[in-house]
Amino acid sequence: MKGEIYRVAGPVVTIRGIKPKMYDVVHVGHEGLMGEVIRIQGDKATVQVYEDTSGIRPGEPVVNTGMSLSVELGPGLLESIYDGIQRPLMVLQEKMGDFIQRGVTANGLDRERVWEFKPLAKNGDSVKGGDVLGLVQETENIEHKIMVPPTVSGTISEIKSGSFKVDETICVLSSGTEISMMQKWPVRKPRPVGKKLMPNRPLITGQRILDGLFPVAKGGTAAIPGPFGSGKTVTQQQLAKWSDTDIVVYIGCGERGNEMADVLNEFPELQDPKTGRPLMERTVLIANTSNMPVAAREASVYTGITIAEYYRDMGYDVSLMADSTSRWAEAMREISSRLEEMPGEEGYPAYLSARLSEFYERAGYVRTLEGQEGSITVIGAVSPPGGDFSEPVTQNTLRIVKVFWALDAKLAQRRHFPSINWLTSYSLYTQGLADWFTENVAPDWVPLRDHAMDLLQQEAELQEIVQLVGSDALPEDQQIVLEISRMIREYFLQQNAFHPVDTYCPFDKQYKLLKAISKYGEMATAALEAGIPMKDILSVESKDELAKVKFEEDFQSALDVVMTKMDKEFAQLGGK
Amino acid sequence: MTKEYKTITEISGPLVFLEKTEPVGYGELVLINLPDGTTKRGQVLDTSADLVAVQVFEGTGGLNEESGVVFTGETIKLPVSKDMLGRILSGSGEPLDGGPRIIPEDRVDVNGASMNPYSRMPPEDFIQTGISTIDGTNTLVRGQKLPIFSGSGLPHNEIALQIARQAKVPGSTEEFAVVFAAMGITSEEAQYFMEDFEKTGALERAVVFLNLADDPAVERLITPRMALTAAEYLAYEHDMHVLVILTDITNYCEALRQMGAAREEVPGRRGYPGYMYTDLASLYERAGVIKGRKGSVTQFSILTMPGDDITHPIPDLSGYITEGQIVVSRELHRKGIYPPINVLPSLSRLMNSGIGAGKTRDDHKAVSDQMYAAYAEGRDLRGLVAIVGKEALSERDQRILEFADLFEDRFVRQGRDEDRTIEDTLNVSWSILSELPEALLTRVDNKYIEKYHPAHKSK
Repeated sequence: MKGEIYRVAGPVVTIRGIKPKMYDVVHVGHEGLMGEVIRIQGDKATVQVYEDTSGIRPGEPVVNTGMSLSVELGPGLLESIYDGIQRPLMVLQEKMGDFIQRGVTANGLDRERVWEFKPLAKNGDSVKGGDVLGLVQETENIEHKIMVPPTVSGTISEIKSGSFKVDETICVLSSGTEISMMQKWPVRKPRPVGKKLMPNRPLITGQRILDGLFPVAKGGTAAIPGPFGSGKTVTQQQLAKWSDTDIVVYIGCGERGNEMADVLNEFPELQDPKTGRPLMERTVLIANTSNMPVAAREASVYTGITIAEYYRDMGYDVSLMADSTSRWAEAMREISSRLEEMPGEEGYPAYLSARLSEFYERAGYVRTLEGQEGSITVIGAVSPPGGDFSEPVTQNTLRIVKVFWALDAKLAQRRHFPSINWLTSYSLYTQGLADWFTENVAPDWVPLRDHAMDLLQQEAELQEIVQLVGSDALPEDQQIVLEISRMIREYFLQQNAFHPVDTYCPFDKQYKLLKAISKYGEMATAALEAGIPMKDILSVESKDELAKVKFEEDFQSALDVVMTKMDKEFAQLGGK
Repeated sequence: MTKEYKTITEISGPLVFLEKTEPVGYGELVLINLPDGTTKRGQVLDTSADLVAVQVFEGTGGLNEESGVVFTGETIKLPVSKDMLGRILSGSGEPLDGGPRIIPEDRVDVNGASMNPYSRMPPEDFIQTGISTIDGTNTLVRGQKLPIFSGSGLPHNEIALQIARQAKVPGSTEEFAVVFAAMGITSEEAQYFMEDFEKTGALERAVVFLNLADDPAVERLITPRMALTAAEYLAYEHDMHVLVILTDITNYCEALRQMGAAREEVPGRRGYPGYMYTDLASLYERAGVIKGRKGSVTQFSILTMPGDDITHPIPDLSGYITEGQIVVSRELHRKGIYPPINVLPSLSRLMNSGIGAGKTRDDHKAVSDQMYAAYAEGRDLRGLVAIVGKEALSERDQRILEFADLFEDRFVRQGRDEDRTIEDTLNVSWSILSELPEALLTRVDNKYIEKYHPAHKSK
């Protein structure tokens, strides 16, 4: 089927002469630029093109592939770095140098690489979509399960064993259907699951304010909105580095090239805290920087979540970071405006809300088709213009997600990092996860946390008074509240992402740190009641020493030293 | 070579519409021959089998339906050569200095191509600008894009010039080449820059593109792209380290809005086009370092915030793309402090990779964090003092309040020609930090206090 170009206006090209289906992928022009049909009108169709269209003329040929935009799924996804339409950046560099030229196609999966396939299923087995046929050791710690594509079922008439390329047949069904290690899946269509379950385990991130105060469940959704410079990207990268999931999909959507370069440089060198292997071995990176074509940016989010779903179907816990969903929304706005669609709020298309919820709904804790349990946790950064949370993307996101980590420019300016505001942030999972915390962290973790939140809330109210009258005018017990909450803020909540020790804080350490602060609080309150002067209680040396304990390699013994000293100091105060 | 069409059907603002042409490529360069013999240039914005829309760079004045339109069959290209150094060109690349035309070594598409993120080297070479508020607290590195967010009437031009004069990589003898693009600035401002370039001899290693306030606004859309194309050529083909100064981004965005309105597009926030983020990214992202190549492009743009409002779409979208910002403050300027850089809203995202032992000094980050925290607190206390008076403050708070004054007076304030080395900057930092009680230096490791704190050092 051949057609021709009728009109070119930036990334939007109108074609005629062929009858495509909606969302078919077409190749336009002599250079065969890749695009996707997004509107059909009479004998014409509108295509969003994933590459620069400069110099393309009306009358050039158009070829329809008849397929919708799909990703290739199979061994070799991990450790890959893709652009928004799953072209490996490394291959693009080999083919066209340091700058991205157009008209170059590249397969998502390497066709030459050979994988060792170990069959699990046998001849005569009856299999259905999602069933595992065999295993491939994809990286040192990740076993890649080769599954029957979701839409296929039947009886195995032949299953092979040995070394194969991704597109070679490893299994034949009695119906004659041949199955290879690679499947294709259209990105805009969620992969099917058995059943969605209620999330009940936390995603452990090693970030105190996230794990401790505002936890997200595995299979949950979270949003990080914040003005520029408030630390969205650092937080996203910390999550990608330290989350205790099996697989991480990181989408750099319309962000800075130098930042992506940093990620690309750093991840292969960082170690997974769980396995000690390079982090890259469990990571898929999608990098579509702000100056790469806008249509590919729109697609990048779908490419990422489809890859995440594929690993979830194997029964893995996957986390997906999208930085930033606002750029994705803007890509939608840009394309919508070129289509001259009726705009909704602030020029965004009226379907913004629907698209956002469809995307976040692809997260979840599920029983897979095969009966395993797997999850996708989606964490989306939002970049509200002017840091104004009332804008459409933030508002529509908040209606869907369960966890809200509000970044605050004021905190960032004081170098309080991570600059997540503890008063405006929330997590709707705290109740659902309470049992898990009681069982796995400590029986008194939940009350300890609630108490800390309560103190921070009190502090905020007291600060208003302090602003008017100064802190010395407060009653002494309230001054203690101010002091303890300051300790919670500075010793517990502040965490240095660039410090080798502090960058990751295990739950046990979080608990002990908060417990230590709370212990000072108890002793200070008791001492105050015993009539000891405020000044003496505040000048306890061990209290200030507690500040630096979190940076110590040997945290436990450093903490023991400080706490022993604290006991001693309070005993001396009482003795006076 | 090519046909001349006389089929103009509509002229509207900077746009010209034509009918019945042969297939014309999107983004093609267009020459328009006016009845009076002059030639104007334009670019194809929309092309279909029936109608072609062209935006005219030099304005549509004098155009009529008799004008002939020639499609050149190629996108806009800049002739580039190493001989561009020392030259002054117009906003669309024509010589303005009376010199000969540039004999091109190559002709390069001004839109550039996006750099493969996989080919980028993370920038990490510290650039010493000699200004403490930048080197000490918002460090610039080679390959970074760090704009100055300023306001009208503030000395951003002086700061930019001081940086262009003083910027160097310590330990390297290579000087930066400067590519300077003026977009819609007044001829007075342009002259100020030119005189300084001539006086200091910087012109010899500079390429200047001038689009002044009275030049057509549409041309502004092409000027920064020409400048960045020249910069990339010098950096990646001739191994030079290039500092690009684009001024003023606000004028560029105004031109973008003007064009959007002329094209009757659906406007986004405050009338600016919805694609402004992508468009600005196509400029800002043309900075960086490539693996295996010697040169680099560092961008230092000037942006005047309308109404000093950092949430205005122009600074806002810029801030989301650039790797930080240097914010010039009216308050400090009124206090007579030069350079009036407010470090609190300023930020350099690449600072951490450019500082530390072996690059600047091991205590750099700790010192910077400590000063930030203390200065932020000190400024808050100023508000409190206005209500309760200084006496009501605790001893600790009074010391912090004093620190804020010292910080502005000794760290921020410096001479217009004062070129502080990074050692100088850090020493100034320690001398003011030492005015605080040591117990308040919670962000500095004890080992640095012992090594650099004046009280310990003298022992």
